[in-house]
Amino acid sequence: MSGLPGGVPGPSGPAMPPPVDPAAAAKAEDLADGEWHRLHPATPLLRGGIVFIAIAGVVISQLRERLVDLFVPQAHDYGGDPIDLLVRHQLLPIALLIAFGVLLVIILIFFFSWRVHEFRITDDEVEVRSGILFRTNRKGRLDRIQGIDVTRQLLARIFGAARLEIKVAGHDANVNLAYLSSRNADALRRVILRRASGVREREAAAASGAPAGPATASALIGQRIQEFAAPELDPSAAPPTSVVQMHPGRLVGSTVLSSSTLWFLVLLIGAIVLVVTFHVYGLLLGVIPVLLGLGSVLVRRVTKSLRYSIAATTDGVRVGYGLLSLSNETLPPGRIHSIQISQELLWRPFDWWEVRVNLASRSRERGQEGRRGTSILPVGSRAEVLKVLELTLPELLASEDMSALLAAGLRPGRTGDGFTISPPRARVLRWFSRRRNGFALRPDAVLLRRGAIWRDLVVVPTARMQSVGLHQGPFLRMLRLAAVHVHTVAGPIQARIGALDARDAAGFFRDAAEADVAAAVADRSHRWRDGHAEPAPPQWHERRPDLPPAPA
Amino acid sequence: MSVSACLDPLPGDWRRVSPRYVWVDLVAQILSWLIVTAAVSVPFWFMREWWLLVFPVAAFVVLVLVAAFTPRRVRAIGYRLRDDDLLFRRGLMFQRFVAVPYGRMQLVDINRGPLDRVLGLAGLRLVTAAAASNVTVPGLRMADAEELRDHLVELAETRRAGL
Repeated sequence: MSGLPGGVPGPSGPAMPPPVDPAAAAKAEDLADGEWHRLHPATPLLRGGIVFIAIAGVVISQLRERLVDLFVPQAHDYGGDPIDLLVRHQLLPIALLIAFGVLLVIILIFFFSWRVHEFRITDDEVEVRSGILFRTNRKGRLDRIQGIDVTRQLLARIFGAARLEIKVAGHDANVNLAYLSSRNADALRRVILRRASGVREREAAAASGAPAGPATASALIGQRIQEFAAPELDPSAAPPTSVVQMHPGRLVGSTVLSSSTLWFLVLLIGAIVLVVTFHVYGLLLGVIPVLLGLGSVLVRRVTKSLRYSIAATTDGVRVGYGLLSLSNETLPPGRIHSIQISQELLWRPFDWWEVRVNLASRSRERGQEGRRGTSILPVGSRAEVLKVLELTLPELLASEDMSALLAAGLRPGRTGDGFTISPPRARVLRWFSRRRNGFALRPDAVLLRRGAIWRDLVVVPTARMQSVGLHQGPFLRMLRLAAVHVHTVAGPIQARIGALDARDAAGFFRDAAEADVAAAVADRSHRWRDGHAEPAPPQWHERRPDLPPAPA
Repeated sequence: MSVSACLDPLPGDWRRVSPRYVWVDLVAQILSWLIVTAAVSVPFWFMREWWLLVFPVAAFVVLVLVAAFTPRRVRAIGYRLRDDDLLFRRGLMFQRFVAVPYGRMQLVDINRGPLDRVLGLAGLRLVTAAAASNVTVPGLRMADAEELRDHLVELAETRRAGL
């Protein structure tokens, strides 16, 4: 994929960098000056804070009677509890001393771990070092940045702090800056993305910005409240520029109509039938935990996506999530390795779709949290899906041909819609989806269309394709069919398609291998704004006249 | 096998691996299928029901078939260095073709098992950012493997592409 000239062409995408609070920008430039800096002073509290509160809670609840006794003296027999034991043996001063010492050591450890936890941002790298006894040092190359995530958990929001996660390609190779002050986090993200984009010169405006004066208490509180209430950190990228508005009704509806609910209903009906016919009433009790689990999943999904927003910035697409724990992620151009547009069975009447992506960075967190980054549109109409695609793969949608292909990819299969579909003999393997099961290959992207009941469309930009595979087992060989697999970085999307005519599949393999090489040569997205003079993209149809012509 | 020939996406001369690799593959296959045979014969040893012998016998038949086809299977392994990418194929029953552009290679590994070392062979593994690429060219002569590795690293360096 080639670099973005100027800005992202979105409906309301700003062409210029959005106006920034000059003080915050200056601070961010200071933080990114290549020297070592420390994190937010509240970091130890935020990291260990919850544990501390929990321990304090346990201690207080254990000593409740004693505390009451302190103020309302009563004759009490505490039995043989440890404090009584200590008092009886006159060890109380020593015990208090030990407790105080332990507390002091813990505080000192937290303090020193904060002191030695430093980061620096140079022109090419971001580096974090930490640890007292075991030093760790982690570097991330700016041109390998896959995205930047700013997260604010509830506790962190109270302190006006935010976590900046710099996603670098690789498994669990992310660089975490936890925690920074909210304003710094956002400005720092902008600085890092600008450095990564290949724009070398620093903005004079940012350097000349006046440093913030000493804040009065009321001003500080006002700012904190404002930050707390703001749906997004950055006022310049707040919902007005979001191209998709998430309606709560649709979110709830789509969640209720998802596959998991469907399976639950099937199970429930099965259970009821069993109960009625065999009178095993104990079975109904088994349904309750399943119902609770399902309910919590639904609630989590809805609260997570309620304040969903997606917007174009000069340095890529920005996706925001979360009700209590806010997070928003900026994906620079060319970091999306494949896109899947899929539809649950029950979403069909409403024409709802979900958009998911494969990214090169994966974080350690499993389950719901770990999957957070992979869905960039939880649910949306067809028009909104196209808007999201326009943001994420802007060059792709520029051509008429590709728009037509995408439209065809979301419809039932039709002859002459640009996709090469399975031959009639593949009906054995693709009962209903034979006419949808197909591929389309263009110089910019590979499109794989699958499924008639559960429809999906996978788009892989050729610039992100790692390699191509062609498979044929004994059964497929008997039917003269074959399967192809476009290899991308690991993620929820498998870009493979089976039951194609063997000759079509072989042709796809040949052409895709060639397209991959051509796209890799032309790709400049690792420094997406570094110089606008780029090699012209290869003229596909002139070079390869044997490709199927694009439909009109 | 004329039908399988029609799958070959790019007919041409494939470079074959060393015939000595047959021995490595044979030993590996026989060992693994012997283990399977032993595992599925456990029910028979415990229950002494004669029909339970079906499983070990079946596993043994598979072992013999796999062993008999080993030379053919090794001959089916091939690779080709094209201008911009490396093509790899393997498999007789389950055929697999992969094209890896040189610019996408992240690293090139040389692996040698004990039997490989006895026979002076080595395996070359190409790693891209995608785990699914999974290309290992087995049974190269050691000198060839090293030469090929250096050549591939050089090609990857000159055609370096982003992720």
